[in-house]
Amino acid sequence: MTKITPEIVAEHGLAPDEYEHVLAIMGREPNLTELGIFSVMWSEHCSYKSSRIHLKKLPTKGPQVICGPGENAGVVDIGDGLAAIFKMESHNHPSYIEPYQGAATGVGGILRDVFTMGARPIAILDPLRFGSPEHPKTKHLVSGVVAGIGGYGNCMGIPNVGGECTFHPAYDGNILVNAMTVGIAHTDKIFYSAAAGIGNPVVYVGSKTGRDGIHGATMASAEFDEKSEEKRPTVQVGDPFVEKLLLEACLELMAGDAIVAIQDMGAAGLTSSSVEMASKGGVGLELVLDDVPQRETHMTAYEMMLSESQERMLMILKPGREDAARAIFEKWGLDFAVIGKVTDTGHLVLKHRGEVVGDIPVAPLTDEAPLYDRPWVPTPKPAKVLAADVPAANDLGAALVKMLGTPDLCSKRWIVEQYDHLVGGDTIVRPGGDAAVVRVRDHATKGLAITTDCTPRYCFADPVEGGKQAVVETYRNITATGGLPLAITDCMNFGNPQRPNIMGQFVGAIEGMSEACLALDYPVVSGNVSLYNETMGTGVQPTPAIGGIGLLEDYTRSASIRFKAAGETLLLVGETEGWLGASIYLRDLAGREDGAPPPVDLAAEKRNGDFVRGLIRHGEVVTCHDVADGGLLVAVAEMALAGGIGATLATPETDAPLHAFWFGEDQGRYLISVVVDRVESIVDQAKAAGVSLQVIGTTGGDVISVDGGHKATLAALRDAHEGWLPRYMAS
Amino acid sequence: MKAAVVVFPGSNRERDVALALKRASYTTPAYVWHGDTELPAGTDLVVLPGGFSYGDYLRCGAMASLSPIMRAVKDHAARGGHVIGICNGFQILAETGLVPGVLMRNASLRFVCRDVHLKVETTDSAFTGSYLPGQVIRVPVAHAEGNYFADDETLKRLEGEGRVAFRYCTEAGEIAPEASPNGAIRNIAGVLNEKRNVLGMMPHPENMTETVVGGTDGALLFDSLAKALA
Repeated sequence: MTKITPEIVAEHGLAPDEYEHVLAIMGREPNLTELGIFSVMWSEHCSYKSSRIHLKKLPTKGPQVICGPGENAGVVDIGDGLAAIFKMESHNHPSYIEPYQGAATGVGGILRDVFTMGARPIAILDPLRFGSPEHPKTKHLVSGVVAGIGGYGNCMGIPNVGGECTFHPAYDGNILVNAMTVGIAHTDKIFYSAAAGIGNPVVYVGSKTGRDGIHGATMASAEFDEKSEEKRPTVQVGDPFVEKLLLEACLELMAGDAIVAIQDMGAAGLTSSSVEMASKGGVGLELVLDDVPQRETHMTAYEMMLSESQERMLMILKPGREDAARAIFEKWGLDFAVIGKVTDTGHLVLKHRGEVVGDIPVAPLTDEAPLYDRPWVPTPKPAKVLAADVPAANDLGAALVKMLGTPDLCSKRWIVEQYDHLVGGDTIVRPGGDAAVVRVRDHATKGLAITTDCTPRYCFADPVEGGKQAVVETYRNITATGGLPLAITDCMNFGNPQRPNIMGQFVGAIEGMSEACLALDYPVVSGNVSLYNETMGTGVQPTPAIGGIGLLEDYTRSASIRFKAAGETLLLVGETEGWLGASIYLRDLAGREDGAPPPVDLAAEKRNGDFVRGLIRHGEVVTCHDVADGGLLVAVAEMALAGGIGATLATPETDAPLHAFWFGEDQGRYLISVVVDRVESIVDQAKAAGVSLQVIGTTGGDVISVDGGHKATLAALRDAHEGWLPRYMAS
Repeated sequence: MKAAVVVFPGSNRERDVALALKRASYTTPAYVWHGDTELPAGTDLVVLPGGFSYGDYLRCGAMASLSPIMRAVKDHAARGGHVIGICNGFQILAETGLVPGVLMRNASLRFVCRDVHLKVETTDSAFTGSYLPGQVIRVPVAHAEGNYFADDETLKRLEGEGRVAFRYCTEAGEIAPEASPNGAIRNIAGVLNEKRNVLGMMPHPENMTETVVGGTDGALLFDSLAKALA
């Protein structure tokens, strides 16, 4: 037997005091397999040891919540016996090392999290953050990540309806690849992971186990250095075809009542799935590793327990149901093997070649996982940038063309077109607007509005306001389609938590998010934390990506950003001070990345959101856009380009300089366009609701003009907007 | 019309096309498993749906073309029964030789999902009878291997016999190279077999059959079938 030396402990990413605790739990020196199990279960990725203490502060309850954080995904009631099941996860480290497979298996993993619970996935979204476009690796990473996401999701036949894609040098050494999936299930057919029933069979289904991805979770819990390329073998290889079969076979089995519990094998594979099922059920499991379907010969217990081979599931079946279940999996051409049983020992016992090769008490392995209250310092509040100190654009039209041609604001059509966003035939509002709207299968009228958002430059400047803003932007994007925001999932991407300033960013973002969720009745039901997004001491911008879902009771009453007709009046909901701090105008046109980000007024967000949603629900408004990155004029241009109709704008009475009014990024705002004879009534309703409303122009023509003098043609705007990404990728 | 939709491992638009058929014909099509050897009795129309049969491994459509059910599909076509293959279904038809030509990787080398315009090149078929000759329609594509190719002689025959069913075109109906999403020769998007009872096409009319999803131009194809095979 291998002697466990301090070097081996260190290679497994366990700190010396953590290993002392392992010895105390085991009452003896662990063997290598047992050490491996402790190492992955206690990795940052699986144990949330640096973040748990703070995640507890997030609001997770509400009348709509069926299941909050802790299961494979969050579950929210959408009425009439249906539930939306959703979660977002990161696959950052593997995607940087091997972009196609890293991104593809990220999609595969999050899909499994959702269909494990009994839901058929109906949408995928992918927020992506890349380094500077000038960085030599960026183009290769964009190309590989997008192809990988498309390659997996397209084959699965799940529409990819949204996400984000932005660029900043802070991501040069660590890109962020996050993936969200939303599924629909019947509320009486939701499957959980707690093992139960002493003697019940433990069943393995899906792909065979190979040597790929061993220690993936440990890799995702460390910083990168110049040798990161050597970690390529720890990136798993995905097979979306097998996952499609696994999806169909699982849903077919779930239609009956044979399953007691089910859990996908994601990070840390067989180890984390078996430990979590045993831990949640308060039982033991005995596994016979000889019966695990194996892709390679002479695999050791260590390798089988730590492999992250994809497309696998672990289930506990009711006794005597094995044959019926086996028939379903064999019909779909998948492996099916009884590999053990539920026991009353409270231990995970592993047998291999006739010997006990591992015996670990489950409760302390999970309950006594390390928990750190890491030292943190709050991020100093930056000073406010005065609009008067920011150079004005002489010609707003020319500035607008420039803005739309920046990497962050340009059209992401080059990406969207590589994803099948129409399969299923339920995509009502396609990607490219605010939230996407997807029809709910098995229901005559309901639709879901789905979006992901985060503005890392705000979070970097002020994590608290940035955290708030990320939540409210999803709220606005859902509202702008007519949806009632229900709940969120979060994917917390940060640097090294052992640095107090990074930990301070994390704590700040959680604080801001909590405040926003509470104020908006918009709880967190699932999530994921990705730390150590850092290379040689440089961390990413704090990026708490938020995925929000909202409900439309009647999907035919949804709004989209596209101008539908000329001669309509454009109305601005919400107040404009002309906030240029941390804005795109400031960064990309004035060359400054400083200042406090726009403050979020949560009461105004709720008031304005309720007002706009009411108008859409009553059919008074069918054209609506949230005002976000780039400010008001950019929002108008996006609506104009989507509809092929221009706009004539007039600056209303304001204290703000012209460039600050039109490019400021004040929060809580929406643009709506309505037929002229509705204006008076809407103005009255706004007054009654205490909502600020200003007339800012009229739709029509093929030019966007401001105050008569500043002009940009739609043709020039379109060329800038549509042109940047394809030209960059072809360069 | 009695329709049967074949489900291969990896099919993913079988439900989309079944719903489109149901909307047009008020009859629910049967799903037929690829491992079956017989079609349901009285089948008028067989649909090979979109997706990634067998993961598109080896070559798109190559393994599906050898599935047990395909023998029954070939017999059905030989008897004059109607068959439509959409996207992966077209690739399977090409692999079986039920329609001529091959589908190569898109010229861009990338998957492409977007709306395209198609010119209806013939209304003389059960699939296209409800369209107007030369009508320009808008439907989506979603594929990585839709770059149609056939040799000159085959093309000459296809053109001479009016067997090109659809061509990619601009919104104004111009057959221009830039209107093609995949580089297909002569902008060919769909072809008929000699007897005009088998159609292979890359675009997805089944995803454009309701105003609420963006248009109804695709519905007329299913309407044509419902009328012709009533």
